[in-house]
Amino acid sequence: MSKDYKDNAPITAKKFMEEFRRYQKGSVSRRHFMGVTGLGTAMAVMGSAMPGLMSSPAHASGDLGDRLIFSTWPNYHNPANMENFTGDTGVNIQINAFGSNEEMLAKLQAGATGWDVFVPTNYTISNYVELDLIQELDLSRLPNHDPSSQSPMFSNPATVDGKVYAVLKNWGHTGIAYNSAKLSKAPTSWKDFFDMTMGEGSGHTIVHDYQLTTIGGALCALGYSFNSVDAGELAKAEKLLIDSKPHLFAITSDYQPGMRSGDAWMTICWNGDGLQLNNDIPEIKYTLATDGGEIWSDFYCIPKDAEHVDAAYAFINYLLDPKVQVLEFESHGYATGDSRVDALLPPETAENEILFPAAELMNGLEFGAAATLTDPLRAEVIARFKSA
Amino acid sequence: MANENNRSGLLTGALLAPATAWFLIMLIMPLIVVAIFSFGERSPVGGYVASFTFDQYANLPSRFAAFRNTLTFAPFGTLASLLIAYPLAYFLAVKVSARWKLLLLVLVIVPFWTSLLIRTYAWIFILGGKGIPAMLAFIGIDDVRLINTPFAVMVGIIYGYLPLMVFPIYVSLDKLDKRLLEASSDLGGTPFRSFLQITLPLSMPGMATGCMLVFILLMGEFLIPAFLGGGKIFFVGNALVDLFLQSRNWPFGSAVAIMLVIVMLITVTLYMRLTVGKSTGRDESLM
Repeated sequence: MSKDYKDNAPITAKKFMEEFRRYQKGSVSRRHFMGVTGLGTAMAVMGSAMPGLMSSPAHASGDLGDRLIFSTWPNYHNPANMENFTGDTGVNIQINAFGSNEEMLAKLQAGATGWDVFVPTNYTISNYVELDLIQELDLSRLPNHDPSSQSPMFSNPATVDGKVYAVLKNWGHTGIAYNSAKLSKAPTSWKDFFDMTMGEGSGHTIVHDYQLTTIGGALCALGYSFNSVDAGELAKAEKLLIDSKPHLFAITSDYQPGMRSGDAWMTICWNGDGLQLNNDIPEIKYTLATDGGEIWSDFYCIPKDAEHVDAAYAFINYLLDPKVQVLEFESHGYATGDSRVDALLPPETAENEILFPAAELMNGLEFGAAATLTDPLRAEVIARFKSA
Repeated sequence: MANENNRSGLLTGALLAPATAWFLIMLIMPLIVVAIFSFGERSPVGGYVASFTFDQYANLPSRFAAFRNTLTFAPFGTLASLLIAYPLAYFLAVKVSARWKLLLLVLVIVPFWTSLLIRTYAWIFILGGKGIPAMLAFIGIDDVRLINTPFAVMVGIIYGYLPLMVFPIYVSLDKLDKRLLEASSDLGGTPFRSFLQITLPLSMPGMATGCMLVFILLMGEFLIPAFLGGGKIFFVGNALVDLFLQSRNWPFGSAVAIMLVIVMLITVTLYMRLTVGKSTGRDESLM
């Protein structure tokens, strides 16, 4: 640390213009100008988002290429793991974060995504197989994958017609996060959630920009199945959603900023986000609803037209390493359903109620049904609700 | 004579070919594809199946709110940008010394170095509960809601589109012959009168260009309402994103897109009729 601290300080406006004049007059080189003003750094940062522009380090483990395109969900990975993988293999990872499975399906259906690995949810896998959009996996290339350590309840959707197309990433559930300092009572059901949205929580509630959970929550509040595709039941759910719309703070799957700023008091919430919020802001609680909700598992899949298949297998295998999974868990807070990982976690984790809620609440949950992904009625209900 | 005509005709054709090809491949062909899609049907798993039906057009009223919002925010956003951009452009072109001009112009461009998405995301925090409302609460003004309101969307629009308005106006003011102003003052015109009778009319082409740029882009905007309107303020652009990227209803999405093109053609034609007549006949400098 021989450098002066000021070396890292941003350049002053005066100095910037002096340097700019010197560069204009030709007394310094472009490289010097970029260096002293920080513009070079700014470009290097942008460059790192485009791996093609960067020279890649020597490959330690075979030739995996220099890039991998990975589509996943927001707040769902430990950046340190991503960096380590790049450091070990020279493969730069470009991450795309999505808000819904429908959005992922839309991109894959349109074709030429360039994705090498993506993270779909249980109910979508049979659809992807039917549409011929994902590859059957060669499990011999995933030595870190151990089916016997996984809970079959969560890993079952990976197998379609006896062939394995996916490996389990995490599982979780969809409930309600609420700010107990702002609300006089705790919502315990989806009925409460919508009543309070139109009552004391008016102007402070978020629902997802996602048909499965938002329509599902409204259906549960009305006493129907989370997965209903019945036209009459969906019409009632649509009415409930449209009635509550003027009272909503936002319709977005990116609900952490709103909850953290205190603008939003209640949101439909995935339990890992619930844990992240609760860890940082203890008055934000997470609960499952007594009238139903979703239990889900996420998977790693390789699209049919992936360009960097070797890198994709190496990346998935790396992420299945139990030690890597522990680091992932520490970052996102979702259970793995993998007994090798559970053995490495601190014992109190098993008692965490956000991760593992009481059995009577869990029993009411439903796995998302494959039909909801492609059902035209559900697609149109959420679209009409948003454009109302 | 006939030969020479032929040759110059060939030459003209050859010179026009690249532009024509570009026009056909980049504009006409995609539009034809969209038009064909708009008469199709959504396949059961999403996407498009060939058909000939007007169902998609019959369903357009279900997106009435999106068209209404777009047709409200686009003109008002354009007007607000114009009102804010004009004094700024005037200041840059007329008042600022040559020494500072370049720096200030660079400052107007600097935001373009970062993507609009990132800059708009930053506004979520500025307008959110811990941003400006927290500062207002500090001086005793409580419970101000800024984020996810029409106001926030308007702020985002002005912030995002201001530079596009400033530059054309700046250019037209910068070209302005200062001797005209001297003449006006010699003849007894007050500064205000000189501005109204000379500066303002001569900067009309710049204003017309700026308004056109901003208005057309605003008609297709979706990012700002999604981020700063919390998904509750819904533009036609959002409806399109939704239909193509969520519901995968390409035929209906195509019908909405065709409708947007028609609405845009009508409004822009009306606008051209109104402004070109007024901008002292110098319509050649519109773009």
